[in-house]
Amino acid sequence: MINRRSTLKSMALGAVSTLALAALGISSAQAENKELKIGFVGVTSGPAAAWGTSNVRSMQTRAAWINETGGVKIGNDTYNINIVTFDDQKDPKRAIAGMEKMAQEGVHYVVGPNVDDGAAAVRPVAEANGIIYFPYAFPKALYQKPASNAVLGMIANYQSGPAIYKYLKENKGVKKIAFVAANESDPLSQRDSGVEAAKALGLEIVAQNDTYQNDTRDFTPVLTPIVALKPDLLVLSGVAPANAPLLIRAARELGYEGLISTETAQDAKVLEEGAGEYANGFISVGGASTPEIASDAMKEFVARYTKMFGEYNDESNTKVYALEYIIETLKANPAAINDVAEFKKTMDTFSAPNPFLKGDAKLSYVGTTSFGQKRQLSVPMVVNEYKDGAFQTLFVGSVD
Amino acid sequence: MEQVIANGLYLGAQYALIALGLTLIFALMNVLNFAHGQMYVLGGFITYTVYGQLGLPFVVALLASGVTLAVIGALMEKFLFRTVIRRSHREESTMLLAAATAFFFDAVILLLFGEKQRGVPKIVKGVFNDAGIIMPYDRIVVGALAIVFIAAFVLYMQYSRVGRAMRALAQDRVAAQLMGVRVDRYSMIGFAMGAMLAGVVGGLLVTITGVNSGIGGPISIKAFLMVMIGGAGVVGGAIAGGFILGMMESVGLTVLREYGDVTYLVIFAALMVFLSVRPNGLMGKPWG
Repeated sequence: MINRRSTLKSMALGAVSTLALAALGISSAQAENKELKIGFVGVTSGPAAAWGTSNVRSMQTRAAWINETGGVKIGNDTYNINIVTFDDQKDPKRAIAGMEKMAQEGVHYVVGPNVDDGAAAVRPVAEANGIIYFPYAFPKALYQKPASNAVLGMIANYQSGPAIYKYLKENKGVKKIAFVAANESDPLSQRDSGVEAAKALGLEIVAQNDTYQNDTRDFTPVLTPIVALKPDLLVLSGVAPANAPLLIRAARELGYEGLISTETAQDAKVLEEGAGEYANGFISVGGASTPEIASDAMKEFVARYTKMFGEYNDESNTKVYALEYIIETLKANPAAINDVAEFKKTMDTFSAPNPFLKGDAKLSYVGTTSFGQKRQLSVPMVVNEYKDGAFQTLFVGSVD
Repeated sequence: MEQVIANGLYLGAQYALIALGLTLIFALMNVLNFAHGQMYVLGGFITYTVYGQLGLPFVVALLASGVTLAVIGALMEKFLFRTVIRRSHREESTMLLAAATAFFFDAVILLLFGEKQRGVPKIVKGVFNDAGIIMPYDRIVVGALAIVFIAAFVLYMQYSRVGRAMRALAQDRVAAQLMGVRVDRYSMIGFAMGAMLAGVVGGLLVTITGVNSGIGGPISIKAFLMVMIGGAGVVGGAIAGGFILGMMESVGLTVLREYGDVTYLVIFAALMVFLSVRPNGLMGKPWG
């Protein structure tokens, strides 16, 4: 006798069988795809975890998206993307070990490392093993000849700094500028190039030697003497996202009324929680998610990232690009999949539509002016202003 | 100069409270708790969740931080440190265990709360600005609360039955045991109190400095520094160490600012010279 219970049972069994068959179908389709391993070597633990985590999560989100939609066709083959990760803990020795692991696994394209010393340390391993890597580190020697395997993954501060200072000088009447930086190689080198740029623009530099330990929790003592000098612009050189809200809050609470900026990417939620309305007007460099410029694909990326990891990180607006560049360049020249020399050849002429920006923006390699060769991703230089929990585009620049 | 002194006093109160829990655990069990900073971070994240995310009153959040960390501390003592102390006579065994728990907490906190810096709404708005001193009201409240907590802790240790028992343990473990003090019980209570203090101060300071998963290690190092200045295992020493470090930091960052980041270089150099003269710190002896 057919009763309600047995009907429900049959329906449930049917549904499970259908799902199982569908899953088998999908997995066999995916199994037919080849695997393309892309590496990540960067910091995903410790005080600087935010830098690498946003990197690797961007890659994982994009890879999952590509794999879910059937993989990526490169030449005659279709590939699923497999992200191979290694946490270098911001330690150059571990970064070398990470790059060696990538070489052992046959990976030819690696995103990272996140900091200057790690990026410099992995260079010999990458060059000896035919690996192209995409650091988020600014030393020019990594990208100038004879070096040829490193490709800068973002806008360098010596590219964005002058543009920001010039804009603020012309539009906001900035005359006096002060710099404060963490006592670490990346922020200090960013401060030095910022000071040079400010001098070139004829700005009066009222403070440039003030530094702090990166693990400082209370910045009031650090900023007390700087605020007393009343600069028009306070530059937080190379500031880590964790420290930015604390510095902003301390400066404002001390009565500072001028502008505050940085050349590193920040996260709106972190600023909102840490500095609240004090962060209004804070200027930083972002990527492609402000409503004014984000394409539907970028919006979907943000949604997928949020679904996958619970919360989006605005730093990923820039870090979404590296994997896209690798895949699109390999699509343009499939021979590069196991031959980085082919990849390098393609970089000189490569051009593809930028899926993350509205309009007809292009993906291309740049850096000729800064490095004498195309060893930089063309990422939009979006200068943002924080306002009430979100970033607004102040202006968009570019690097050649 | 008034501002520099005010900054130093505020930092000192905050640092002293951080160091108290560490020195208590050291005094009672001779354990250098490398996970102290991670306990602080966990306390901060609990307050962030309860106050910042769930919207419950700040006092409830602070209580939740303190109670949770006290329970964690008690469990750590009972199941980890007590066992190791019983089975090993080598002091480095507990140090290795403490370091391992620090790494464990780091990983768990990163997994649970993510990589981002977190902050909560200010508990008091507005800024005091008079007589050459600028000090946000929330810092004044937190500084005052830190002093109240320190005073309450000292009074509790001085006059309560539990406090007296713990002081006896710290002075002479064997003699205390012979006098009927239940070593296991009071060691567990002491460890729980040390952890609770770390949790409470983490919860308190999340309103000022926020919290992120990576700051546990640096917080522990700073706490060790204060304990070294004041003398390991001495409550008064931890308080003195905290205020001295806070004042040195505040004065150094103003006076030495033109020379770059030399403040901590000077502090470390001064500490080396100081420890070579007074290896036990300012008050380096057990309570008594």
